[in-house]
Amino acid sequence: MRILKTLRRTAWQALPTIAAIVVIDFFLLRLAPGDAADALAAESGSATEETMTALRAHFGLDQPLIRQFLAYVDNLAHFSLGFSPLYNMPVSRLIGERLPGSLLLMTTALGIALLVGISAGVIMSCFAGRLPDRLLSVIALLFYSIPGFWIGLMLIVVFSVWLGWLPSGGAETIGTGLTGLPWMLDRVRHLILPATSLALFFIAIYARLVRASMLEVRDQDYIRTATAKGLSRHVITLRHMLWNGLLPITTVAGLHVGAILGGAVVVETVFSWPGLGRLAFEAVLKRDFSVLLGILLLSSFMVIIVNMLVDLLQAWLDPRIAAR
Amino acid sequence: MTQSRSPRRSPLGLFLRNPTGIAGLSILLLVIVAALLAPWLFPDDPLDMVTRPFLWPLTDHAFPLGSDSLGRDVLAGVMHGARVSVVIGVAATAIGLLIGTTIGGAAGYFGGWVDDVLVRVMEVFQTFPPFLLVVVLVSIAEPSVLTITLAIGIVSWTTIARLVRAEFRSLRERDFVMAAHGLGYSSLRIVLCEILPNAMAPVIVTSSVMVATAILNEAALSFLGLGDPNLVSWGSMIGAGRDQLRTAWYLVALPGAALALSVLSLNLVGDGLNDALNPRARGR
Repeated sequence: MRILKTLRRTAWQALPTIAAIVVIDFFLLRLAPGDAADALAAESGSATEETMTALRAHFGLDQPLIRQFLAYVDNLAHFSLGFSPLYNMPVSRLIGERLPGSLLLMTTALGIALLVGISAGVIMSCFAGRLPDRLLSVIALLFYSIPGFWIGLMLIVVFSVWLGWLPSGGAETIGTGLTGLPWMLDRVRHLILPATSLALFFIAIYARLVRASMLEVRDQDYIRTATAKGLSRHVITLRHMLWNGLLPITTVAGLHVGAILGGAVVVETVFSWPGLGRLAFEAVLKRDFSVLLGILLLSSFMVIIVNMLVDLLQAWLDPRIAAR
Repeated sequence: MTQSRSPRRSPLGLFLRNPTGIAGLSILLLVIVAALLAPWLFPDDPLDMVTRPFLWPLTDHAFPLGSDSLGRDVLAGVMHGARVSVVIGVAATAIGLLIGTTIGGAAGYFGGWVDDVLVRVMEVFQTFPPFLLVVVLVSIAEPSVLTITLAIGIVSWTTIARLVRAEFRSLRERDFVMAAHGLGYSSLRIVLCEILPNAMAPVIVTSSVMVATAILNEAALSFLGLGDPNLVSWGSMIGAGRDQLRTAWYLVALPGAALALSVLSLNLVGDGLNDALNPRARGR
């Protein structure tokens, strides 16, 4: 019941944001130089004034702005993001083909970042001020400062070129006809380097955050009570302290979806990973703005949805939040 | 807290006693000096061919960092690249600070419906993945130093706005602000002379991290080939060196190391400033 109430409140709050995003996306699309007709004409290499006018009429580009906007919203309501003349298929299908690849990469990276980051944060807080803490702090700051695309290239040099352990790009070995377990292993081998490159930055953030919030609760009364009850150090650290440290992590992880998407654009390009990021890059090169802005719109929606999920997760983790 | 720190010590003094902060500041000064000296030491266009291609680092005294596939001097590129990074990093942050403090300050000071509307605007901007929005803006407006700076500034202001809003909300209820109201000061004077100076500490800390983020965004942008085509930047050097990754990996490693070191120095300075200006975090 409490969860349902939170869901209703957050969904209601998201509506004006979604409306604003749609308007901004539409006007960015208008601002972009050239329209679909120009792109088609450039592609075919020959176009007369008449065919251009016919094309514009076909795509509804000769209508007044408000009519175009309404048509755009109508299309969106039918899950249509327009048509890409360059790829010769609907933008939504194009994005749909690339979305799973991006989601796999992003969730793997986020998983690695949470696992390693939280573990490092717990270790740092247990040794606060001593050597392991200082060492991990320096490493975390280094991870925080190194651009993902550069570490990706350096990982390729070490693990693909020098050692030959892992593939340098793509999502799977093409033309091997692998099935079952060998296929899975092949996918995992392709995933390791890009996911690690994407994760490093977030490992650093989560490690520092967990360390800070665990130190925050360390001196509170309920921890002393737990110690007095005779609970073991492990139980106190993991069940009592870390549980509280998870709340800020969920907030920040929700905020990071956008950043991970941005990072994926560059990392996918480095590793030729078939995902949304590389599609965005190709769209920029081909100046296909309907695809580019479709990706931007979808990404914003993803951010909103993830933030709603985070709100729900927090209401579940901490009952005080839903009462607000 | 250690006894050597007297409570009256100034933030600057505290910062200068912090070894990692000093290390960061030293590296940062080195980068700035490189950026300033680049046109003196290497007056020629770093995009010109000056020697034979693929000269490895430390093999020729005239070109200590070697040359790339077109025989361009890598050291000249790295030094001139520092210029682009520093200029875009600082200018984009200045734009972000200006927009962020104005909007955040207005929301925090006026409250009410102004606050509601501006918070909504911030929420909308925060749903756009920042780097993706930079890519969209720059590719719509054609890449140049100006458009890149503007685009990075436009996506970076929300952090500052939230921070300034929170500071202003708590400061406007304080006694000294009430006193200023009582004296009949105008709103503008109260905001600029009374509230803003007291809200600066967290803004200063955050702005060093903003410069770092702006430098990273510029590098990623020019790595993808969306940088200013007439300038050499660390990102574009990495992007160009990528094609020779298997044979001449130093072309990627060197500019990337310069980039990572600069960003690291800014983050170290940011941490040092945080410790010096935020007494609550001290001793952690």
